[in-house]
Amino acid sequence: MSCAVELHKVRVCYDAFCALDGIDLCVGNGEALGIVGPNGSGKSTLLKTIAGLLRPQRGTICVFGTEPLRLPRGTIAYVPQVEAVDWGFPATVRDVVAMGRFSHLPWWGRFGPVDRALVEEAIEAVGMTPMAGRHIAELSGGQQQRAFIARALAQQPRLLLLDEPTTGVDAATEEALRIVVRAVVARGTPVLMTTHDLERVDDWFDRLMVLDRRTLALGTPGEVAASGAYSAIREHTHTHGHLRVDHDPHEGHEAHPEVRV
Amino acid sequence: MMHALLAPFAYSFMQRALVAALIVGALCSMMGTYVVLRKLSFIGDGLAHASFAGIVIAYLQNIDYQLGAAVVAVLTALGIGFVHRKGRVSLDTSIGVLFTAAFALGIFLMSRQTRYTLDLQSFLFGDILSVTRGDLVFIVVVGGAVFIAAMLAYRDMLFASFDPVVAEAAGLPVKWLDYGLLVALALTIVVALQSVGIVLVAALLVTPAAAAYQLAKRFTPMLLLSAAFGVTSTVGGLYASYFLGSSSGATIVLVATLLFFIAVAFKRFRPA
Repeated sequence: MSCAVELHKVRVCYDAFCALDGIDLCVGNGEALGIVGPNGSGKSTLLKTIAGLLRPQRGTICVFGTEPLRLPRGTIAYVPQVEAVDWGFPATVRDVVAMGRFSHLPWWGRFGPVDRALVEEAIEAVGMTPMAGRHIAELSGGQQQRAFIARALAQQPRLLLLDEPTTGVDAATEEALRIVVRAVVARGTPVLMTTHDLERVDDWFDRLMVLDRRTLALGTPGEVAASGAYSAIREHTHTHGHLRVDHDPHEGHEAHPEVRV
Repeated sequence: MMHALLAPFAYSFMQRALVAALIVGALCSMMGTYVVLRKLSFIGDGLAHASFAGIVIAYLQNIDYQLGAAVVAVLTALGIGFVHRKGRVSLDTSIGVLFTAAFALGIFLMSRQTRYTLDLQSFLFGDILSVTRGDLVFIVVVGGAVFIAAMLAYRDMLFASFDPVVAEAAGLPVKWLDYGLLVALALTIVVALQSVGIVLVAALLVTPAAAAYQLAKRFTPMLLLSAAFGVTSTVGGLYASYFLGSSSGATIVLVATLLFFIAVAFKRFRPA
């Protein structure tokens, strides 16, 4: 299998603290990879590194055969866990989704009928059509999340990176997202997605990566479940996950949970 | 009656002032949209004060003061961006450190001068009525260049202003857009300097856009509304100052402030 995304001995550190070390990974086209692990295990850091937002201190990353920073515009769509945007920004849902097309348009290019159609299609796919004209501040958390996923879909990326898209959304929205993600994967686009929800990994992903700064397990959901690494994480998440008092946006900066707790 | 109202524009200096007011008002308020949305209100003040050093250096070297102001303002803007990115300090802090440094350099150089003939007053408070034909050419050329660049980079700048992290992941040149915006703001300020002066130029970058922010739900309407507020402020202020015998720069800023509070009141009391 040729790799769409290939990591070789990747280490990523914030000053003295290394959030990831010795990560090897190969994700093929048309593959959905789920990434699970305790808080502070480097899940978000891994996605940011593949997106080219962080540079590894050691090791190499190839996305479609090249460095993330050298990719053509519009190759990667990344949906962060927490959107740190100004919710008062003058933009409707449709305006936000339209930004997904911007990376494909040259400076002199026109936002044409094809772009418009793709925007409406993406809004439809996440079930936001009735809210398309609403200002982003008028949305619930789950609706905001869907709007940002629609923006990523409108981009028609060659690689989709989703950071905990199902956190804080209701069951119906989660199922809608799963269908959307599987449709993207069916078109041959690799999807890397972090999640806390271990209940339905078989339905979401082709393979699962259990991460805790290092790769603890990597394989089909069935293989990972059998390996034991999975249940250790599950127990960890269930016993300690809810003890967290507040949300830390800098997940990667955190001390190692097993040291901290 | 009409004759009396148009009377001010019979003078050629008033005609030049009117053209300057139109361009400066539109340019500042449109660039101000990014200033307000990126929460950079401090930058106008900062780059305007920094350009003072350029004016003093130009005066000492006997070169065109606008050139001096432009060079120092652009260098300070690039320095602010560089210190912010490399020094890992907030943009706010970076602006605070560098603009005071440049302003201090201007004062330092001037204080060592014995032949103290530089008319500081006109730089600090501006005088739109003294705009010469040459000044107007500078305003049109530099202002036009900034406008064209802003139009070309419109979509990228919008995405990078709203969501820089995701824009960067999608391959937009966010770092260069940030530097480009700082340089464009530096040039905008230099263009506006003669009309409203160092002390008040920041108001033209912030107040019309802040008023538009109150009322607009989408980006393009905010941009256009901001431009309308900006032009109303500069032209209205210029016109009012003729009849009131007041400082043009101060009158322009007060008109903009009035529009801002009207916008706030309108938003507050608008029926839902």
